[in-house]
Amino acid sequence: MHKDNQPLIFEITKAGRVGYSLTELDVPEVDLSSLMPDGFIRKEDAELPEVSELDIMRHYTALSNRNHGVDNGFYPLGSCTMKYNPKINESVARFPGFANIHPLQDESTVQGALEMIYDLQEHLNEITGMDETTLQPAAGAHGEWTALMMIRAFHEANGDFNRTKVLVPDSAHGTNPASATVAGFDTVTVKSNESGLVDIEDLKSKVGPDTAALMLTNPNTLGLFEEDILEMATIVHGVGGKLYYDGANLNAVMSKARPGDMGFDAVHLNLHKTFTGPHGGGGPGSGPVGVKKDLIPFLPKPVLVKKEDIYTFEYDRPQSIGRVKPFYGNFGIYLRAYTYIRTMGPDGLKAVTEYAVLNANYMMRKLEPYFDLPYTQHCKHEFVLSGRRQKKLGVRTLDMAKRLLDFGYHPPTIYFPLNVEEGMMIEPTETESKETLDSFIDAMIQIAKEVEENPEVVQNAPHTTVINRLDETKAARQPVLRYIKK
Amino acid sequence: MKQHRYIPMTETDCDEMLSAIGISSVDELFADIPEQVRFKGELAIKKAKSESALTKELAQLAAKNADSRTYASFLGAGVYDHYRPIIVDHVISRSEFYTAYTPYQPEISQGELQAIFEFQTMICELTGMDLANSSMYDGGTALAEAGTLVAGHTRRKKLFVSEAVHPEARDVVRSYATGQSIEVVIIPQKDGVTDIARLEEMIDEETAGVLVQYPNFFGQIEDIQKIGEIAHDKGSLFVVSSNPLALGVLTPPGKLGADITVGDAQPFGIPEQFGGPHCGYFAVTKKLMRKVPGRLVGETTDDEGRRGYVLTLQAREQHIRRDKATSNICSNQALNALAASVAMTALGKEGAKEIAYQNIAKTHYAKGAFEKAGFEVKFGGAHFNEIVVNCKKSVKEMNAQLFTKGIIGGYDLGLTYPELANHVLIAVTEQRTKEEIDALVQEMEALHA
Repeated sequence: MHKDNQPLIFEITKAGRVGYSLTELDVPEVDLSSLMPDGFIRKEDAELPEVSELDIMRHYTALSNRNHGVDNGFYPLGSCTMKYNPKINESVARFPGFANIHPLQDESTVQGALEMIYDLQEHLNEITGMDETTLQPAAGAHGEWTALMMIRAFHEANGDFNRTKVLVPDSAHGTNPASATVAGFDTVTVKSNESGLVDIEDLKSKVGPDTAALMLTNPNTLGLFEEDILEMATIVHGVGGKLYYDGANLNAVMSKARPGDMGFDAVHLNLHKTFTGPHGGGGPGSGPVGVKKDLIPFLPKPVLVKKEDIYTFEYDRPQSIGRVKPFYGNFGIYLRAYTYIRTMGPDGLKAVTEYAVLNANYMMRKLEPYFDLPYTQHCKHEFVLSGRRQKKLGVRTLDMAKRLLDFGYHPPTIYFPLNVEEGMMIEPTETESKETLDSFIDAMIQIAKEVEENPEVVQNAPHTTVINRLDETKAARQPVLRYIKK
Repeated sequence: MKQHRYIPMTETDCDEMLSAIGISSVDELFADIPEQVRFKGELAIKKAKSESALTKELAQLAAKNADSRTYASFLGAGVYDHYRPIIVDHVISRSEFYTAYTPYQPEISQGELQAIFEFQTMICELTGMDLANSSMYDGGTALAEAGTLVAGHTRRKKLFVSEAVHPEARDVVRSYATGQSIEVVIIPQKDGVTDIARLEEMIDEETAGVLVQYPNFFGQIEDIQKIGEIAHDKGSLFVVSSNPLALGVLTPPGKLGADITVGDAQPFGIPEQFGGPHCGYFAVTKKLMRKVPGRLVGETTDDEGRRGYVLTLQAREQHIRRDKATSNICSNQALNALAASVAMTALGKEGAKEIAYQNIAKTHYAKGAFEKAGFEVKFGGAHFNEIVVNCKKSVKEMNAQLFTKGIIGGYDLGLTYPELANHVLIAVTEQRTKEEIDALVQEMEALHA
């Protein structure tokens, strides 16, 4: 293992080295001071690195060796759907006719790109059961906010300005309440019942003429299908509210149940989750929004339409919420998703869901004897264990997560959802083999035994990584957010 | 179905797993989906294609588009065809980076965290700001979030946005502002720059912030120091949206009074790809550190004193603050921030200056060539890599003609500035050769004749 500090690129720089190759200037030189006022011209150079091309490649190769991705090993991070990222997607996204086209080119010169966008929208409409889809939002949270802005515009178009509240279950992703706030709503939290599902009575007591929408993830973040979804839809629609579907967990229900058939009015998808984005170390993502008919007028503009085999953007949309992003969304990411959908087809997407759910249930039953399982019904694509049994022995879920690093795994999502004590949210996805699942199960069982027999080895984990646990308090108290030359 | 290459489970695996669960078929796992909402039958989407067949189909689709490797492109307007060091793609193709999630487990994410720490540093160096976050979706949404930040910080509800800011970015600012009930007022442009006299008349004590672009949408370099002073006089904050590539030679906004500098790092190593994904950046002065949206990477140590990096100051973010958060951003553009870092590293201290200088030199040459050919080049101020040329005829028609000559023409300003109908915004990056510039001018001249 590396025991020394990994140098920063700024620490291997040497004055005079270069890593670039610009074509020699083929037009006359200019004197900047004659072209602009002196105050416009930079006096001190930006201290960017001075390194050779090999220096760069070695530096980033060293960094990549200190990073764990799906291609390195199992990554059962709940709610994140860390499935295999197909390589054909990467090749297609680099075709010159996709990578090197400008968003403001005349539409006649980018008909191939527009055809793909249109066809992807049609595919997503069918997969979600919605009437129309926009690809403009750049990520899931961006999609949530976009849909909430549309719902707000819908209510306001009806002269209804008093719908100030968005209902969010206590098990929801943090982005849900944050998106509601940014869209100008107040958030009202709805409780879960003892089965881990939305408490219908609590919902009934909280809806009213001020309800703009209910945001719901189905299956929810516990991996459980909200069985009362139709009743919930009736309750929310009954008071004039809209039903919003957070598509983070769509991998659990493709071709089994569609948000559009469950009564949802708007849905966002995370193409970087369900549809193999990839995640890129935190982004870029793509968060399309699908809507039912009555929300169509409020879609962000422009909207792509097809007129006699010609694709064109329509800008004349008087009720549109406007643009949510320059240009047309993260084209390069949704192109990858399109490639994936076309690779899988209807049979493939159905198999994806079936195996994602089978894998999760298999792991859940295998681990059930060793950890507390707060909700015991069959799960969907993920399940949540509680580490409270281990906590009583002095070992926290965080410690067990760190111990998993020693086995070469990325740990599950921990301490989420908030309604499970010491939660561990495990999502295996469909792309993992039974051998991988079994090895992970064995590691978890071994850790559970270590907690009883030798807790220090867990409490002091990890033991094999390039660095030990880092002092996060120090990082926050004395923030060092950039390199400064000593 | 037949075994699929992305799904490794065999029939035997399946049987063993079903029996471990204690059920006899996968269907039982979906029994909790109420009958009325259960989807029956098959999704009406296109059937699966093999790897070869799909590659061929999509290659044909891509070939229907005119790309800037085949055509000489003079189209900019916020997205540029620049030198992309080939090494960039080799680095970001390392799947340890691109198949990773957000670095929430620092012990196995030091590579990503350190790369982002370096990105934050390079953005600070170029912009002259104290700190930068790990990225935003793009320049437009970064500007919009700067708008909501200044409104929250000053507790005021009015933003002044220059008309010389990218029209689509202005649209996004407006959409975000609507959510927060913030008023957006446009400061008109005059002679291609923000009308400072008008700003002085219009600005008041209700103003949360003034938002400008540097170089602006017309390629003009604004006197932002002056605008910043006007903003600060009223107790409002000053936000500058800046093309970071131009900052290789331009005085950084941090030295000219900017409280927030945002923009898009697309010019550094990121392909145009029809407008996204690109890479927003967000840099601020120290006093705004705890108001920054998105993720921040900070340096710290482990118990043996080794240096390492973590996501920090997370109390700002949505997963902690939930409905108290001031931004909902979660996913960002990490892989593109990595791409931009590699490009900034490859260009380095000298290359960053040289590439910016070449853009100015080539654009200046194009300006001279247009003027020599009798075209009016509008707006006389200092400019970076874009100029406004009066075509005296429909830009759309002209561009259609140029296209037949292998040229992608500039942006039709009449689309967003009615007073500039028949004016085209021409971008000349270092990628355009003298021959291509001469050909553009000659073809436009010929069309004019």
